[in-house]
Amino acid sequence: MAPATRLVLLIGWLGYALMPWYLVEGMSLTNWAWLAEYPFGKAGSALALSLSGQAPWLLPVGIALAAATIFWGSADRQRTATVLVWAGLLGMVLFFAQAFSIVLKDQGISWLAALLGGAGASQRGIGGGAFLTLLSLLFLLCHGLAYRGVCRGDLFTTSTIGLVVLLIGIFIFFPVAIILKSALVDQNGAFAPAAFFERFLDSSIWGLGCLSANVNCGVAWNTLVLAVLCGVITTLLGLACALLILRTGMPGKRVMRALTVLPIITPPFVIGLALILLFGRAGAVSTVLYEWFDIPRSRWLYGLPGILLAQVLAFAPIAFLVLIGVVQGISPSLEEASQTLGAKRWQTFRTVTWPLLRPGIANAFLLGFVESMADFGNPLVLGGNFEVLSTKIFFAVVGASYNQGQAAVLAIVLLAFTLGAFWVQQRWLGDKSYTTVTGKGDAGLPTPLPRRITWLSAAVIVPWVALTVVIYIVILVGGFVRNMGRDYTPTLQHYITGFAIDFSDGIYFQGSAWSSFFTTVKVAAISAPLTAVIGLLTAYLLTRQRFRGRAGLEFATMLSFAIPGTVLGVAYILAFNVPPVEITGTGLILVIAFVFRNMPVGVRSGIAGLSQIDKSLDEASTTLRARSFTTLWRVVLPLLKPALVSALVYSFVRSMTAVSAVIFLVSAEYNLSTAYIVGRVEAGEFGLAIAYSSVLIVFMALGIVLIQFLVGERKLGRRGRTATIAAPAPAPAIG
Amino acid sequence: MAKAGPASVEFRNVSMRYGAVTAVDNINFTIEAGKLVTLLGPSGCGKTTTLRMIAGLEIASDGQILIGGKDVTKLSAADRDVSMVFQSYALFPHMSVLDNAAYGPTVKGLGKEQSKQMALEKLALVGLKGFENRYPSELSGGQQQRVAVARALVLEPQVLLFDEPLSNLDAKLRRRVREEIRELQQDLNLTVAYVTHDQEEALAVSDRIIVMSNARIAQEGAPRDLYEQPSNAFVADFIGDANLIDVTVKAVTDDRADVAIGSATVTLPARGIGPGSAKVAIRPEALLLGEPGLGGSLPGTIRKCAYLGNHLDIMVETEVGELFVVQYGGREMLAPGTAVSVSFAKSGVTLIPPA
Repeated sequence: MAPATRLVLLIGWLGYALMPWYLVEGMSLTNWAWLAEYPFGKAGSALALSLSGQAPWLLPVGIALAAATIFWGSADRQRTATVLVWAGLLGMVLFFAQAFSIVLKDQGISWLAALLGGAGASQRGIGGGAFLTLLSLLFLLCHGLAYRGVCRGDLFTTSTIGLVVLLIGIFIFFPVAIILKSALVDQNGAFAPAAFFERFLDSSIWGLGCLSANVNCGVAWNTLVLAVLCGVITTLLGLACALLILRTGMPGKRVMRALTVLPIITPPFVIGLALILLFGRAGAVSTVLYEWFDIPRSRWLYGLPGILLAQVLAFAPIAFLVLIGVVQGISPSLEEASQTLGAKRWQTFRTVTWPLLRPGIANAFLLGFVESMADFGNPLVLGGNFEVLSTKIFFAVVGASYNQGQAAVLAIVLLAFTLGAFWVQQRWLGDKSYTTVTGKGDAGLPTPLPRRITWLSAAVIVPWVALTVVIYIVILVGGFVRNMGRDYTPTLQHYITGFAIDFSDGIYFQGSAWSSFFTTVKVAAISAPLTAVIGLLTAYLLTRQRFRGRAGLEFATMLSFAIPGTVLGVAYILAFNVPPVEITGTGLILVIAFVFRNMPVGVRSGIAGLSQIDKSLDEASTTLRARSFTTLWRVVLPLLKPALVSALVYSFVRSMTAVSAVIFLVSAEYNLSTAYIVGRVEAGEFGLAIAYSSVLIVFMALGIVLIQFLVGERKLGRRGRTATIAAPAPAPAIG
Repeated sequence: MAKAGPASVEFRNVSMRYGAVTAVDNINFTIEAGKLVTLLGPSGCGKTTTLRMIAGLEIASDGQILIGGKDVTKLSAADRDVSMVFQSYALFPHMSVLDNAAYGPTVKGLGKEQSKQMALEKLALVGLKGFENRYPSELSGGQQQRVAVARALVLEPQVLLFDEPLSNLDAKLRRRVREEIRELQQDLNLTVAYVTHDQEEALAVSDRIIVMSNARIAQEGAPRDLYEQPSNAFVADFIGDANLIDVTVKAVTDDRADVAIGSATVTLPARGIGPGSAKVAIRPEALLLGEPGLGGSLPGTIRKCAYLGNHLDIMVETEVGELFVVQYGGREMLAPGTAVSVSFAKSGVTLIPPA
């Protein structure tokens, strides 16, 4: 038995025999009252609880551990392998069987509970001890498989695969499955497929009343129309901008590049908020129009036009980032070839450039489409009577008419839309992109744009850029005036309300925003490195290891790309509100939500980074007797620094700006900045909301600089040449 | 550190399958300790897969692999006492030359100072003293190749593997480096498995050559045996040039066969082939051109004649088809259309079974 396997066994026994098995309320390191009856009682260990007869169903799990321990000193590799595989597998089966069959009173699976000796019993959510035991059983199984030669006999590889699969299973597949399940039951929890169809076909979802009569259309149609418009407009804007920057001598290119970073560090609803301050009934522009030109104040902003405007402003930079890559990827020599064959500029554009651009354009459209579908903040702030799926889900869960089943059905509809879009993207576009960048030097010069395209682009881009600049000025200034649109007296009042610090008696963070701010920073700082680690590990497994089920794992990570935040939030609250995993209301669920929400970002940047590192480097390290872990640590990771930076930056930033997933998961104790700001907006305190938003934006900009500084640059010899940090790839941000 | 010394490598009925594709199909061979054996074949024949199975980078689907008599079939690469020099060299770009060379002992946990000493020793051996603090990107291709060799040698492995080590070097350098590799192997008494698709390289460095084709071993033997006694058309054609001609074996007596090549008849070693149809492989230099009408020869006509410095490449049209002839020494150019007779040298004409 390898030393690593022995360590795993020790961890297993630590979790099983010593640590509290269940999650104990009021657990703390300063007040030990919760430990009162240890090793029995609510903080008891599994060993004590099962031997004393309080929880006999935990005994078989221990027997599995014991069976593996018998082979502690065994030199017989094959027999040890067989025992480890079976002990791990059966141990895990028994673990999950008891965890899901014995939960709260009168729930769970009663026949299985009776079989396990726990008829009528109940147990709380699993805690640290149970978690360690589960990990140990998983690793025993993986080590056993490695002893049999799976994954070239590498313990680290098999264990990592096992871990990633288990985590994705528990934190992505399980919650989504729970959604599907709750869509199929009625309010009392009884199985009722008829109720599903009734809810699913409801006219509030699919109704077309707005076409004929004066009623609202179904929320699915609203969402779809909004998403299509958003996709089309962001794509056109992004394309115009990319063409102008790369193909003309337009001034201000650097400014444009910088502007594209801003939306990434802006919480999505802040744009909506700034639009209210400008064009709302009491907005600055509305007021000017009313006072100077007698144009009446109206509520045009609240509804489709406002949401669309906010989304276009927020997501067009992402389309721009996608399309600038595509435009750059078109080899100039192709266009030069066309010109030497006698084509005019316009003909070249139409026959060569445009067809090559098409797949990229389709890609940008789908991104805008999915982003809009998943956006939650802007519809919430600007929606008015115009409902979209994400807000309707929200109100079904937190609103007065709490309706879990309806929320689940709406979530399924939304999930179907986004999954459909991703499916189209993968199937239809997957291998259709014409990458024309080759390793060979390309000396050609890109053809300048035909003049009419240039003018058209400029006519669209200039107002858009101007509006973006105005928006950010509003965000910046809005916090420093008493009431944007009505009273422009300069004031620090909003900042004092939010961020006052009282120094009279030590340091006391008096401002009302501090608590949520600190929680947000803490949660983001914990989840960003975890996200990066899990994401990069998964990317490493997907690109560098061959194992059965690799395609399945790849699909699972792709799937989590497509799950909108709102859906994940609902799924989490449905799945983790009851044992065996009972973590709602804790800070832990926020961290977990962020890690699995942002994991695709880590995976994506990891895959991009790894594809640039020749596989033979790993193999060279392996043939020099380095284990997978050593290889990863000494060879892959140092070369992967740019990917690590972008994974850290994105997961940090997205954790700080996310609204949709976490708005369900925050509690009074663990409130987050974005949820707090949305609360202020709903209460009409725009000044504080906008002040807080600008604090967040500045803080994130500083955070990005800090992360780049801490991780450092990748050193590839060539002293003096600074390795370029990978340009931020478009984040596959979904609300 | 106890030196294990060179070890033998043995493959017993080893196969490698990826789904429906069989990359290596039931092969058997032995590499004796202290010998340099080349795996030679066209691309896609399974030679690199075979090498990677020795390294442990691929785990065989079937069969047994033994290194030094010990079964290592299921052992991971990190557990085998085998090092490899990669086609791309695979030098770690973020480490200096010294750190690259010291990587093996460092990850083994031998301590900084000792690792450094071991690395310096091997770097000196390959003639890279003074380059320790450079980065791979600051070295020429040949120097990078030496670093890769030094790095693989540092742990003094039981078996050293080379995967097309010369393919990224220019033609002049290639000859020098291959001689250096051969010297190193003989001086240090290493067991080496060497993959290449270049038959000249294989002939020059090997103790034995294993020729692979379509995932199987086509023939195995000393370089000279393979060139002079190819056992089939593939080997005859792949190692050196050969004219492959369909012939009839008229009679076999005392292991000598009377073979009709067109209208000419020659007597060749029978090599176990009985009367009936067969093939002969004729080396281009084994065809001699003379005045027309010579006995025991084929009449022919010159088609093309190209001047290549130290020899002439000549195509001759005969009754058995077009023949490729090489003539060394300062001969006169032959004009197309000239009538000649083609006769056969004592060696360089080999009877092989029909395909």
